[in-house]
Amino acid sequence: MKRFLEKAVKWLLTASGFVTSAVILLIIGFLFTEGAGLFREHVIEEGYVLALNRENPVKRMNAAQIKAVFDEDVTNWKEIGGPDLPIVTFRLEDADRYFSEEALGKQYENAGALIAGLVADNPGMVAFVPESMIPEGADLNFIEDRTISPGEVFAGAEWFPTATPAPLFGMWPLLAGTLWVSLFAILFALPFGISIAVYMAEVASERVRGFLKPVIELLNGIPSVVYGFFGLIVIVPLLQQVFGLPVGESGLAGSIVLAIMALPTIVTVAEDAMRNCPRSLREASLALGATKWQTVSRVVIPSSMSGIASGVVLGIGRAVGETMAVLMVTGNAAVVPTSILEPLRTIPATIAAELGEAPAGGAHYQSLFLLGVILFFITFFINLCVEFISSRNRAKNR
Amino acid sequence: MDTTSNRQTSAGNAPSYPAGYSVRKRRSQKMAFTIFRILSLFIVLVLFAILGFIIYKGAGVISWDFLTKAPSDGMTSGGIFPAIVGTLLLMLGSAIVAFPIGIMSGVYMNEYASRGWVVKFIRLMTNNLSGVPSIVFGLFGMALFVKYLGFGDSILAGSLTLGLLSLPLVIRTTEEALKDIPDGIREGSLALGATKLQTIWKVVLPMGMPRIITGLILSLGRVSGETAPILFTCAAYFFPQLPTSIFDQCMALPYHLYVISTSGTDIEAQQPIAYGTALVLIIIVLIINLLAGLMRKHFEKRLKIK
Amino acid sequence: MEKIEAKDVNFYYGDFHALKGISMEIPQNKVVAFIGPSGCGKSTFLRLFNRMNDLVPGSRLEGQILIDGQDIYGPGVQVDELRKNVGMVFQRPNPFPKSIFDNIAYGLRVNGIKDKEFIAHRVEESLKGAALWDEVKDKLNASAYALSGGQQQRLCIARAMAVSPSVLLMDEPASALDPISTAKVEELICELRNEVTIVIVTHNMQQASRVSDRTAFFYMGEMVEYDDTKVIFTNPHKEATQNYITGRFG
Repeated sequence: MKRFLEKAVKWLLTASGFVTSAVILLIIGFLFTEGAGLFREHVIEEGYVLALNRENPVKRMNAAQIKAVFDEDVTNWKEIGGPDLPIVTFRLEDADRYFSEEALGKQYENAGALIAGLVADNPGMVAFVPESMIPEGADLNFIEDRTISPGEVFAGAEWFPTATPAPLFGMWPLLAGTLWVSLFAILFALPFGISIAVYMAEVASERVRGFLKPVIELLNGIPSVVYGFFGLIVIVPLLQQVFGLPVGESGLAGSIVLAIMALPTIVTVAEDAMRNCPRSLREASLALGATKWQTVSRVVIPSSMSGIASGVVLGIGRAVGETMAVLMVTGNAAVVPTSILEPLRTIPATIAAELGEAPAGGAHYQSLFLLGVILFFITFFINLCVEFISSRNRAKNR
Repeated sequence: MDTTSNRQTSAGNAPSYPAGYSVRKRRSQKMAFTIFRILSLFIVLVLFAILGFIIYKGAGVISWDFLTKAPSDGMTSGGIFPAIVGTLLLMLGSAIVAFPIGIMSGVYMNEYASRGWVVKFIRLMTNNLSGVPSIVFGLFGMALFVKYLGFGDSILAGSLTLGLLSLPLVIRTTEEALKDIPDGIREGSLALGATKLQTIWKVVLPMGMPRIITGLILSLGRVSGETAPILFTCAAYFFPQLPTSIFDQCMALPYHLYVISTSGTDIEAQQPIAYGTALVLIIIVLIINLLAGLMRKHFEKRLKIK
Repeated sequence: MEKIEAKDVNFYYGDFHALKGISMEIPQNKVVAFIGPSGCGKSTFLRLFNRMNDLVPGSRLEGQILIDGQDIYGPGVQVDELRKNVGMVFQRPNPFPKSIFDNIAYGLRVNGIKDKEFIAHRVEESLKGAALWDEVKDKLNASAYALSGGQQQRLCIARAMAVSPSVLLMDEPASALDPISTAKVEELICELRNEVTIVIVTHNMQQASRVSDRTAFFYMGEMVEYDDTKVIFTNPHKEATQNYITGRFG
């Protein structure tokens, strides 16, 4: 009985030991399954077609071109490789501009034939209509429908997930926004983080350190929504005034908030690394007539470099993955940022802001999961870097 | 090797040190340390600014009614009672998920796992999990618990998601607490005829407990403030009555603060509520950090007596 | 001529009275060994000569220590200036995680010397002085950690000598080394005595008798006896010294 219990407990403990690994696998599995579904979705909204005049030779249009056409940014077919013809767009809502209610019929039963006729009469027209409406054998051209390609997702420069007829899932602006805001956050946090770490590890008395340590822990403990709220109420208006911005919500606001949030990670890890620098090295340096600062800058910091680097990389990881605070202060404009003073939007913020409105199972929903996959791998990679840096350090110290 | 032939007295060519350099380098030390001191002070000020601002603006809002009443009038007045209850429920739920598994996992890594790649692998995975952004946990919780397992938006799904999120922290603190217990103590117990399990249960775990509990308290603190993981798994925008089962949605303080400060219907009327909610969140964090600090002090004192 | 003079030195770590009323003179260009059992205060005393104990919180010094007639704890004395003049070699080799060259050049650089040519020249001189030049001249840019323990310790001696101190403190410099490396370090000490005054703390009585001119025996924070090495090891005046060197305790 006792032996059996020992066995059972051992089995149970072993199982819990592998829970984190299982969770990682499940995360990868679920995110991938949902995210990869995006590439099976069609460029043009499900169940709809883009109908052209028989004479129009254009066969293919990518999502960006479709959006440009329907936004009337592109007004002539020659701009997208067709004949020199002005473009006329037609959506179902436009039907009553062309036809009377009676002609369309009570249930729109005649609409299909009428629209087919309309397109057949207008050489420059493109109509966005449900596939089921178009009568069989209509004498029309259709834009070739195909599935969304990885190229237009990963390299696409426009994120318009709710655009019709063709949503745009270009993730580049989001990726750029994430990296941009994280980069600035780290640039702000770095001098502070290193200085505070040096100060705590090398300069401060035990009493001052005993005061600073809880300060850093508290900064780490404050929830990200509270940072976001503080940013929104204090930092955003402040920046708007100082820089005379039209809106204060900007990449800069996000970077400042993120810098404060990434700081505790950098300080804790870097301070630990410096305190672990052997006393014998400090003594050797001091005994040669070096000042404390010379010792710190020429011996302690170089020899704790890998620990400091780990802290910085972990801080970057924290900044890249942070959601709520960034969502609240960056203004969430999905454009490739050109200046830190403009609104921008990060990957986590996009997921948080849009998942609630994206119909489950649709392309938009799947694209958000794909963003999750990207985010997961960015942070996964960052963690592997930290692991690599610190394992190399362990090997060196042995 | 002939050491004498190569020798020459180094005294013959003694360095002549630049005069005044000693003063210069002390001056630059003073400057550098002053800069560090100022930057450190600046961060202390930042913390106090954040805390002070929220306490100053929120203190007037907090009242008995604010803490015990549900929101009313389209969330422009009333209190935040359901959000407080929701957050406490989520803390409890995540603790039920994370504590047993996390502690067992830590025990396994420190006491059972044969040295080598198993421990390394688990530690790598645990570290990686702790680096996974909270929004990714949210996505995952939604896909697995809400959709695949069909729990719907519920306290259950939220607790599970938050539990997984705090798992790495619990595992790591358990592992570190147990690692510092000297092997001699285990051997002493085993030598008296205790089984491995008895040794762990009666000797190792009680000794590591103070530090494990400190870690658990900190993980609760983290859970209390997380928003992203519950956005799509649990949190309700407005759910004035208290939840009656684990399959109900609930309100939560951080989410409440988020919606009220970003998508409120009447900013003027809602801002005080936002300050009050932020203050309650801050108070929870302060209490948690204080508790953890006290635990740590208590533990250190005990160590000193030994 | 007396290089170092200690006058009634008392030293405390908090409440602990670590050194009790020690007075002694150390003559110029001699090697003086401190011997005694662990915890007798010999290392503490040694570390007063370059104020290394300043780093220990809660420590307190009474009495005076003079080097070249100047009170090194007096007002206006700068610790870094003092340490430039009083070099130190530690128990375990502690090279910096830098190249061999940068290790030796460190002391010169932190004291303001920027002339690259001079530094290179001085590095070579110091390494030759420590009988290490032939072993490392082809790999000056290699990490100092690539050297063996004995080589590292000689590197540390070269590093201390590069600054050209007039006193060299050695805190059990050979205790972490194998016998062959120990012999090399001892040989080096004998040669360096022409240039500097050496104070060496050692556990190893044979070592003390081999390298030193004078020997001080410490016990429980007191200096029991201080005399010519020959006298200490052949005809000590105090019974405690006798007991220690014949191995009856410690």
